[in-house]
Amino acid sequence: MSTQIPKQTDESSDTDAEAEAPSKGDERRDEKRRRAAEERARRQAEEAEKAAADEETVELKVFRYDPEIEGKQEPRFDTFHVPFTKGMTVLDALMYSRDTYDSSLTFRHSCRQAVCGSDAMFVNGGQKLACKTQISDLEEPIRVEPLPHAEVRKDLVVDLEHFYDQMEAVEPYFQTNEYPDGELEEQRQTRENREKIKMSTRCIWCSACMSSCNIAAGDNEYLGPAAINKAYRFAMDEREGEDMKQKRLEIIEQEHGVWRCQTQFSCTEVCPKDIPLTEHIQELKREAVKNNLKFW
Amino acid sequence: MSQSYNRGLIEDFSRWREFQAGMWAWIFHKFTGWVLIGYLFTHIAVLSTAIPAADGATMMFQGSQTDVFTGTIVSLEGLLLVRILEVGLLAVAVFHMLNGTRLLLVDLGVGLEAQDKSFYASLILTGAITVASVPTFIAGAF
Repeated sequence: MSTQIPKQTDESSDTDAEAEAPSKGDERRDEKRRRAAEERARRQAEEAEKAAADEETVELKVFRYDPEIEGKQEPRFDTFHVPFTKGMTVLDALMYSRDTYDSSLTFRHSCRQAVCGSDAMFVNGGQKLACKTQISDLEEPIRVEPLPHAEVRKDLVVDLEHFYDQMEAVEPYFQTNEYPDGELEEQRQTRENREKIKMSTRCIWCSACMSSCNIAAGDNEYLGPAAINKAYRFAMDEREGEDMKQKRLEIIEQEHGVWRCQTQFSCTEVCPKDIPLTEHIQELKREAVKNNLKFW
Repeated sequence: MSQSYNRGLIEDFSRWREFQAGMWAWIFHKFTGWVLIGYLFTHIAVLSTAIPAADGATMMFQGSQTDVFTGTIVSLEGLLLVRILEVGLLAVAVFHMLNGTRLLLVDLGVGLEAQDKSFYASLILTGAITVASVPTFIAGAF
Protein backbone atom coordinates (compact mmCIF):
# COMPACT_ATOMS: atom_id res chain seq x y z
CA MET A 1 0.00 0.00 0.00
CA SER A 2 2.62 2.49 1.00
CA THR A 3 4.24 2.62 -2.42
CA GLN A 4 0.98 2.91 -4.34
CA ILE A 5 -0.32 6.24 -5.48
CA PRO A 6 -3.86 6.62 -4.14
CA LYS A 7 -6.44 6.44 -6.89
CA GLN A 8 -7.94 9.74 -7.88
CA THR A 9 -11.62 9.78 -8.82
CA ASP A 10 -12.15 11.27 -12.24
CA GLU A 11 -14.53 14.16 -11.90
CA SER A 12 -13.71 15.95 -15.10
CA SER A 13 -15.58 13.64 -17.49
CA ASP A 14 -19.12 14.86 -16.77
CA THR A 15 -18.14 18.52 -16.52
CA ASP A 16 -16.49 18.40 -19.94
CA ALA A 17 -19.87 18.00 -21.65
CA GLU A 18 -21.14 21.15 -19.99
CA ALA A 19 -18.06 23.06 -21.01
CA GLU A 20 -19.20 22.82 -24.64
CA ALA A 21 -22.60 24.32 -23.83
CA PRO A 22 -22.73 28.08 -24.55
CA SER A 23 -23.06 29.23 -20.92
CA LYS A 24 -20.95 31.96 -19.30
CA GLY A 25 -17.53 30.96 -17.90
CA ASP A 26 -18.35 32.28 -14.44
CA GLU A 27 -21.53 30.29 -14.27
CA ARG A 28 -19.74 27.15 -15.23
CA ARG A 29 -17.07 27.66 -12.65
CA ASP A 30 -19.69 28.34 -10.00
CA GLU A 31 -21.54 25.24 -11.03
CA LYS A 32 -18.35 23.24 -10.95
CA ARG A 33 -17.43 24.50 -7.53
CA ARG A 34 -20.90 23.82 -6.20
CA ARG A 35 -20.79 20.32 -7.60
CA ALA A 36 -17.37 19.65 -6.14
CA ALA A 37 -18.53 20.84 -2.73
CA GLU A 38 -21.65 18.69 -2.98
CA GLU A 39 -19.57 15.74 -4.07
CA ARG A 40 -17.22 16.22 -1.15
CA ALA A 41 -20.02 16.54 1.36
CA ARG A 42 -21.73 13.49 -0.13
CA ARG A 43 -18.56 11.44 0.04
CA GLN A 44 -17.83 12.49 3.60
CA ALA A 45 -21.36 11.59 4.67
CA GLU A 46 -21.08 8.30 2.81
CA GLU A 47 -17.82 7.44 4.50
CA ALA A 48 -19.21 8.33 7.92
CA GLU A 49 -22.21 6.09 7.18
CA LYS A 50 -19.93 3.32 6.02
CA ALA A 51 -17.86 3.75 9.14
CA ALA A 52 -20.94 3.21 11.25
CA ALA A 53 -22.05 0.15 9.31
CA ASP A 54 -18.80 -1.35 8.23
CA GLU A 55 -15.93 -2.35 10.50
CA GLU A 56 -13.38 -2.01 7.74
CA THR A 57 -12.73 1.67 8.32
CA VAL A 58 -10.37 3.27 10.78
CA GLU A 59 -11.07 6.40 12.76
CA LEU A 60 -8.35 9.01 12.66
CA LYS A 61 -8.24 12.02 14.98
CA VAL A 62 -5.87 14.50 13.45
CA PHE A 63 -4.52 17.64 15.10
CA ARG A 64 -5.39 20.76 13.13
CA TYR A 65 -4.01 24.24 13.58
CA ASP A 66 -3.33 27.06 11.18
CA PRO A 67 -2.08 30.37 12.59
CA GLU A 68 -2.70 32.18 9.32
CA ILE A 69 -6.44 31.62 9.08
CA GLU A 70 -8.60 33.22 11.70
CA GLY A 71 -11.05 30.37 12.13
CA LYS A 72 -8.28 27.80 12.55
CA GLN A 73 -6.06 29.50 15.12
CA GLU A 74 -7.63 27.50 17.91
CA PRO A 75 -6.07 24.02 17.86
CA ARG A 76 -8.62 21.29 17.29
CA PHE A 77 -8.95 17.67 16.28
CA ASP A 78 -10.61 16.60 13.02
CA THR A 79 -12.01 13.12 12.66
CA PHE A 80 -11.53 11.18 9.44
CA HIS A 81 -12.91 7.75 8.57
CA VAL A 82 -10.55 5.95 6.25
CA PRO A 83 -11.31 2.61 4.56
CA PHE A 84 -8.82 0.10 5.89
CA THR A 85 -6.70 -1.92 3.52
CA LYS A 86 -4.24 -4.58 4.53
CA GLY A 87 -0.79 -3.20 5.27
CA MET A 88 -2.05 0.37 5.60
CA THR A 89 0.25 2.75 7.44
CA VAL A 90 -0.60 5.93 9.32
CA LEU A 91 0.90 7.92 6.44
CA ASP A 92 -1.36 6.11 3.95
CA ALA A 93 -4.38 6.98 6.06
CA LEU A 94 -3.30 10.63 6.30
CA MET A 95 -2.76 10.82 2.54
CA TYR A 96 -6.18 9.28 1.94
CA SER A 97 -7.76 11.82 4.28
CA ARG A 98 -6.00 14.69 2.54
CA ASP A 99 -6.83 13.51 -0.98
CA THR A 100 -10.42 12.57 -0.23
CA TYR A 101 -11.74 14.90 2.47
CA ASP A 102 -9.62 17.93 3.16
CA SER A 103 -6.89 19.09 0.83
CA SER A 104 -5.69 21.63 3.41
CA LEU A 105 -4.46 18.90 5.75
CA THR A 106 -0.73 19.55 5.96
CA PHE A 107 2.07 17.13 6.81
CA ARG A 108 5.56 16.35 5.59
CA HIS A 109 6.26 13.16 3.71
CA SER A 110 8.43 12.08 0.85
CA CYS A 111 9.85 8.60 0.35
CA ARG A 112 7.15 6.60 2.24
CA GLN A 113 9.71 3.94 3.16
CA ALA A 114 11.39 5.18 6.35
CA VAL A 115 14.43 6.59 4.63
CA CYS A 116 13.87 10.33 4.26
CA GLY A 117 12.81 10.96 7.86
CA SER A 118 10.18 13.57 7.00
CA ASP A 119 7.11 12.16 8.66
CA ALA A 120 7.94 11.76 12.34
CA MET A 121 4.71 12.40 14.23
CA PHE A 122 3.13 11.89 17.63
CA VAL A 123 0.85 8.90 17.08
CA ASN A 124 -1.22 7.57 19.97
CA GLY A 125 1.10 9.12 22.51
CA GLY A 126 4.45 8.18 21.01
CA GLN A 127 6.91 9.58 18.49
CA LYS A 128 6.55 7.38 15.41
CA LEU A 129 7.54 7.46 11.79
CA ALA A 130 4.11 7.55 10.13
CA CYS A 131 5.20 5.59 7.07
CA LYS A 132 6.40 2.60 9.07
CA THR A 133 3.63 2.52 11.65
CA GLN A 134 0.99 -0.04 10.77
CA ILE A 135 -2.63 0.93 11.41
CA SER A 136 -3.33 -2.65 12.50
CA ASP A 137 -0.87 -2.24 15.40
CA LEU A 138 -2.68 0.78 16.81
CA GLU A 139 -5.68 1.24 19.00
CA GLU A 140 -8.57 3.19 17.59
CA PRO A 141 -9.26 6.06 17.36
CA ILE A 142 -5.76 6.89 16.19
CA ARG A 143 -4.61 10.28 17.44
CA VAL A 144 -2.12 11.96 15.15
CA GLU A 145 -0.39 15.06 16.47
CA PRO A 146 2.69 17.08 15.58
CA LEU A 147 5.94 16.31 17.41
CA PRO A 148 5.92 17.66 20.97
CA HIS A 149 8.54 20.16 22.16
CA ALA A 150 8.72 21.90 18.80
CA GLU A 151 6.85 24.84 17.45
CA VAL A 152 3.87 23.95 15.27
CA ARG A 153 3.84 25.71 11.92
CA LYS A 154 0.63 24.20 10.60
CA ASP A 155 -1.35 21.03 11.33
CA LEU A 156 1.29 18.29 11.64
CA VAL A 157 4.24 20.36 10.49
CA VAL A 158 6.68 21.53 13.17
CA ASP A 159 9.64 23.88 12.97
CA LEU A 160 12.81 21.75 12.90
CA GLU A 161 15.25 24.64 12.60
CA HIS A 162 16.53 24.21 16.16
CA PHE A 163 17.03 20.48 15.63
CA TYR A 164 19.06 21.12 12.49
CA ASP A 165 21.10 23.76 14.33
CA GLN A 166 22.00 21.21 16.99
CA MET A 167 22.90 18.65 14.35
CA GLU A 168 25.17 21.14 12.60
CA ALA A 169 26.81 22.07 15.91
CA VAL A 170 28.64 18.73 16.10
CA GLU A 171 30.05 19.12 12.58
CA PRO A 172 28.36 16.06 11.10
CA TYR A 173 30.81 15.40 8.30
CA PHE A 174 34.05 13.47 7.88
CA GLN A 175 37.20 15.50 8.48
CA THR A 176 40.76 14.46 9.15
CA ASN A 177 44.35 15.63 9.08
CA GLU A 178 45.81 12.14 8.89
CA TYR A 179 46.28 10.94 5.37
CA PRO A 180 47.71 7.64 4.16
CA ASP A 181 51.24 7.78 2.71
CA GLY A 182 50.72 7.09 -0.97
CA GLU A 183 48.96 9.74 -3.00
CA LEU A 184 46.35 7.34 -4.34
CA GLU A 185 46.11 5.32 -1.13
CA GLU A 186 42.61 4.78 0.32
CA GLN A 187 41.57 5.65 3.84
CA ARG A 188 40.78 2.20 5.15
CA GLN A 189 38.58 1.23 8.04
CA THR A 190 38.74 -2.11 9.84
CA ARG A 191 35.68 -4.34 9.80
CA GLU A 192 35.50 -4.15 13.60
CA ASN A 193 35.44 -0.37 13.51
CA ARG A 194 32.76 -0.38 10.85
CA GLU A 195 30.66 -2.68 13.02
CA LYS A 196 31.16 -0.36 15.99
CA ILE A 197 29.74 2.69 14.23
CA LYS A 198 27.26 0.79 12.06
CA MET A 199 24.13 1.54 14.05
CA SER A 200 25.03 5.20 14.52
CA THR A 201 25.21 5.74 10.75
CA ARG A 202 21.54 4.83 10.37
CA CYS A 203 20.21 8.17 11.60
CA ILE A 204 17.70 9.74 9.20
CA TRP A 205 17.37 13.11 11.00
CA CYS A 206 13.68 12.61 11.75
CA SER A 207 13.88 14.39 15.15
CA ALA A 208 11.76 11.77 16.95
CA CYS A 209 14.43 11.33 19.64
CA MET A 210 14.85 15.06 20.18
CA SER A 211 11.10 15.39 20.57
CA SER A 212 10.88 12.53 23.08
CA CYS A 213 13.77 13.78 25.22
CA ASN A 214 12.64 15.29 28.49
CA ILE A 215 15.94 17.07 29.00
CA ALA A 216 16.04 18.57 25.52
CA ALA A 217 12.55 19.90 26.18
CA GLY A 218 13.70 21.93 29.16
CA ASP A 219 17.18 22.84 27.95
CA ASN A 220 17.35 24.31 24.48
CA GLU A 221 21.13 24.29 24.53
CA TYR A 222 21.34 20.54 25.06
CA LEU A 223 22.69 18.95 21.90
CA GLY A 224 20.08 16.20 22.00
CA PRO A 225 20.35 12.47 21.26
CA ALA A 226 20.55 12.72 17.47
CA ALA A 227 23.40 15.24 17.46
CA ILE A 228 25.37 13.29 20.08
CA ASN A 229 24.84 10.13 18.06
CA LYS A 230 26.19 11.98 15.05
CA ALA A 231 29.23 13.03 17.09
CA TYR A 232 29.65 9.40 18.16
CA ARG A 233 29.56 8.25 14.57
CA PHE A 234 32.60 10.40 13.73
CA ALA A 235 34.45 10.37 17.06
CA MET A 236 34.50 6.58 17.00
CA ASP A 237 35.53 6.42 13.37
CA GLU A 238 39.22 5.48 13.49
CA ARG A 239 39.93 7.04 10.10
CA GLU A 240 39.51 10.56 11.46
CA GLY A 241 42.60 10.21 13.64
CA GLU A 242 43.51 11.29 17.17
CA ASP A 243 43.50 15.07 16.65
CA MET A 244 39.98 15.10 15.28
CA LYS A 245 38.77 12.82 18.05
CA GLN A 246 40.08 15.32 20.61
CA LYS A 247 38.26 18.12 18.84
CA ARG A 248 35.02 16.15 18.75
CA LEU A 249 35.27 15.20 22.41
CA GLU A 250 35.77 18.88 23.28
CA ILE A 251 32.46 19.66 21.59
CA ILE A 252 30.44 16.91 23.23
CA GLU A 253 31.85 17.19 26.75
CA GLN A 254 30.74 20.79 27.17
CA GLU A 255 28.18 21.69 29.80
CA HIS A 256 25.22 21.12 27.50
CA GLY A 257 26.74 18.14 25.75
CA VAL A 258 26.66 14.52 26.88
CA TRP A 259 26.44 15.33 30.58
CA ARG A 260 22.85 16.53 30.30
CA CYS A 261 21.69 13.01 29.47
CA GLN A 262 19.81 11.47 32.40
CA THR A 263 19.47 8.00 30.84
CA GLN A 264 15.71 8.03 30.57
CA PHE A 265 15.96 5.87 27.44
CA SER A 266 13.12 7.76 25.73
CA CYS A 267 15.21 8.36 22.61
CA THR A 268 16.21 4.72 22.34
CA GLU A 269 12.56 3.67 22.70
CA VAL A 270 11.25 5.93 19.94
CA CYS A 271 14.07 5.70 17.39
CA PRO A 272 12.51 4.32 14.18
CA LYS A 273 15.89 3.02 13.05
CA ASP A 274 16.58 1.21 16.34
CA ILE A 275 19.77 3.13 17.07
CA PRO A 276 20.94 2.45 20.66
CA LEU A 277 21.20 6.19 21.36
CA THR A 278 21.55 5.99 25.14
CA GLU A 279 24.31 3.42 24.78
CA HIS A 280 26.20 5.74 22.44
CA ILE A 281 25.77 8.72 24.75
CA GLN A 282 26.97 6.66 27.73
CA GLU A 283 29.99 5.49 25.80
CA LEU A 284 30.89 9.06 24.90
CA LYS A 285 30.56 10.02 28.58
CA ARG A 286 33.09 7.32 29.46
CA GLU A 287 35.34 8.45 26.62
CA ALA A 288 35.17 12.02 27.91
CA VAL A 289 36.08 10.95 31.46
CA LYS A 290 38.93 8.74 30.24
CA ASN A 291 40.15 11.61 28.12
CA ASN A 292 40.33 14.01 31.05
CA LEU A 293 41.69 11.64 33.69
CA LYS A 294 45.42 12.08 33.98
CA PHE A 295 47.54 10.17 36.48
CA TRP A 296 50.75 11.97 37.23
CA MET B 1 19.13 29.02 17.59
CA SER B 2 15.56 29.27 18.63
CA GLN B 3 15.23 29.77 22.34
CA SER B 4 11.51 29.98 22.85
CA TYR B 5 9.34 26.91 22.65
CA ASN B 6 6.12 28.30 24.02
CA ARG B 7 3.51 26.43 22.05
CA GLY B 8 0.88 27.55 24.52
CA LEU B 9 -2.35 25.65 24.13
CA ILE B 10 -0.90 23.24 21.64
CA GLU B 11 1.61 21.93 24.12
CA ASP B 12 -1.21 20.88 26.44
CA PHE B 13 -2.35 18.11 24.13
CA SER B 14 -1.12 14.81 25.52
CA ARG B 15 2.41 15.90 26.18
CA TRP B 16 3.09 13.34 28.88
CA ARG B 17 0.73 10.66 27.67
CA GLU B 18 2.80 7.54 27.61
CA PHE B 19 5.87 7.13 29.74
CA GLN B 20 8.23 4.24 29.20
CA ALA B 21 10.08 2.33 31.92
CA GLY B 22 13.19 4.52 31.75
CA MET B 23 11.15 7.68 32.32
CA TRP B 24 9.31 6.24 35.34
CA ALA B 25 12.64 5.11 36.77
CA TRP B 26 13.94 8.66 36.40
CA ILE B 27 10.86 10.23 38.01
CA PHE B 28 10.85 7.77 40.93
CA HIS B 29 14.57 8.24 41.43
CA LYS B 30 14.18 12.02 41.59
CA PHE B 31 11.19 11.74 43.93
CA THR B 32 12.82 9.27 46.32
CA GLY B 33 16.00 11.36 46.28
CA TRP B 34 14.13 14.46 47.46
CA VAL B 35 12.25 12.46 50.10
CA LEU B 36 15.55 11.13 51.46
CA ILE B 37 16.99 14.66 51.62
CA GLY B 38 13.90 15.79 53.51
CA TYR B 39 14.23 12.85 55.88
CA LEU B 40 17.88 13.71 56.49
CA PHE B 41 16.87 16.98 58.15
CA THR B 42 14.37 15.38 60.54
CA HIS B 43 16.92 12.65 61.20
CA ILE B 44 19.54 15.22 62.23
CA ALA B 45 16.99 17.09 64.34
CA VAL B 46 16.07 13.98 66.30
CA LEU B 47 19.63 12.74 66.71
CA SER B 48 20.86 16.14 67.89
CA THR B 49 18.83 15.71 71.09
CA ALA B 50 21.76 13.50 72.12
CA ILE B 51 23.85 16.66 72.75
CA PRO B 52 21.74 18.03 75.63
CA ALA B 53 21.17 14.44 76.78
CA ALA B 54 24.93 14.00 77.18
CA ASP B 55 24.93 17.08 79.45
CA GLY B 56 22.33 15.40 81.60
CA ALA B 57 19.15 17.08 80.26
CA THR B 58 15.99 15.18 81.14
CA MET B 59 12.31 15.33 80.20
CA MET B 60 9.10 14.00 81.64
CA PHE B 61 8.15 10.82 79.84
CA GLN B 62 5.40 8.46 81.01
CA GLY B 63 5.51 9.85 84.50
CA SER B 64 9.23 9.53 85.07
CA GLN B 65 12.34 11.57 84.28
CA THR B 66 14.14 10.15 81.21
CA ASP B 67 16.98 11.69 79.27
CA VAL B 68 15.91 13.84 76.32
CA PHE B 69 17.32 11.56 73.66
CA THR B 70 15.58 8.36 74.76
CA GLY B 71 12.42 10.25 75.57
CA THR B 72 12.21 11.85 72.13
CA ILE B 73 12.80 8.61 70.26
CA VAL B 74 10.48 6.47 72.33
CA SER B 75 7.67 9.01 72.19
CA LEU B 76 8.07 9.35 68.42
CA GLU B 77 8.01 5.59 68.02
CA GLY B 78 4.79 5.54 69.99
CA LEU B 79 2.97 7.50 67.27
CA LEU B 80 1.12 5.38 64.71
CA LEU B 81 1.84 7.92 61.96
CA VAL B 82 5.58 7.65 62.55
CA ARG B 83 5.39 3.84 62.37
CA ILE B 84 3.62 3.99 59.02
CA LEU B 85 5.98 6.67 57.68
CA GLU B 86 8.90 4.43 58.61
CA VAL B 87 7.59 1.73 56.28
CA GLY B 88 7.36 4.37 53.55
CA LEU B 89 10.88 5.55 54.32
CA LEU B 90 12.21 2.02 53.97
CA ALA B 91 10.43 1.62 50.62
CA VAL B 92 11.84 4.91 49.38
CA ALA B 93 15.37 4.12 50.53
CA VAL B 94 15.34 0.60 49.12
CA PHE B 95 14.07 1.77 45.73
CA HIS B 96 16.65 4.55 45.62
CA MET B 97 19.40 2.05 46.39
CA LEU B 98 18.32 -0.54 43.87
CA ASN B 99 17.66 1.97 41.11
CA GLY B 100 20.94 3.65 41.97
CA THR B 101 22.68 0.35 41.36
CA ARG B 102 20.79 0.05 38.09
CA LEU B 103 21.92 3.53 37.07
CA LEU B 104 25.48 2.65 37.99
CA LEU B 105 25.30 -0.32 35.63
CA VAL B 106 23.80 1.91 32.95
CA ASP B 107 26.67 4.36 33.41
CA LEU B 108 29.11 1.50 33.02
CA GLY B 109 27.33 0.40 29.87
CA VAL B 110 26.32 -2.96 31.32
CA GLY B 111 23.01 -4.49 30.27
CA LEU B 112 21.50 -1.47 28.57
CA GLU B 113 19.13 -3.68 26.62
CA ALA B 114 17.64 -4.92 29.89
CA GLN B 115 17.27 -1.50 31.49
CA ASP B 116 13.46 -1.76 31.57
CA LYS B 117 13.58 -5.23 33.09
CA SER B 118 16.03 -4.14 35.76
CA PHE B 119 13.68 -1.26 36.61
CA TYR B 120 10.74 -3.63 37.01
CA ALA B 121 12.95 -5.96 39.04
CA SER B 122 13.93 -3.16 41.40
CA LEU B 123 10.26 -2.21 41.77
CA ILE B 124 9.25 -5.77 42.61
CA LEU B 125 12.15 -6.23 45.02
CA THR B 126 11.27 -2.94 46.73
CA GLY B 127 7.69 -4.12 47.11
CA ALA B 128 8.76 -7.47 48.54
CA ILE B 129 11.18 -5.95 51.06
CA THR B 130 8.60 -3.36 52.11
CA VAL B 131 5.93 -5.98 52.69
CA ALA B 132 8.40 -8.14 54.61
CA SER B 133 9.29 -5.19 56.83
CA VAL B 134 5.70 -4.41 57.84
CA PRO B 135 5.55 -6.85 60.83
CA THR B 136 8.77 -5.39 62.26
CA PHE B 137 7.72 -1.75 61.96
CA ILE B 138 4.04 -2.04 62.78
CA ALA B 139 4.30 -4.66 65.59
CA GLY B 140 2.47 -3.41 68.65
CA ALA B 141 1.45 -0.13 67.05
CA PHE B 142 -2.26 -0.90 66.99
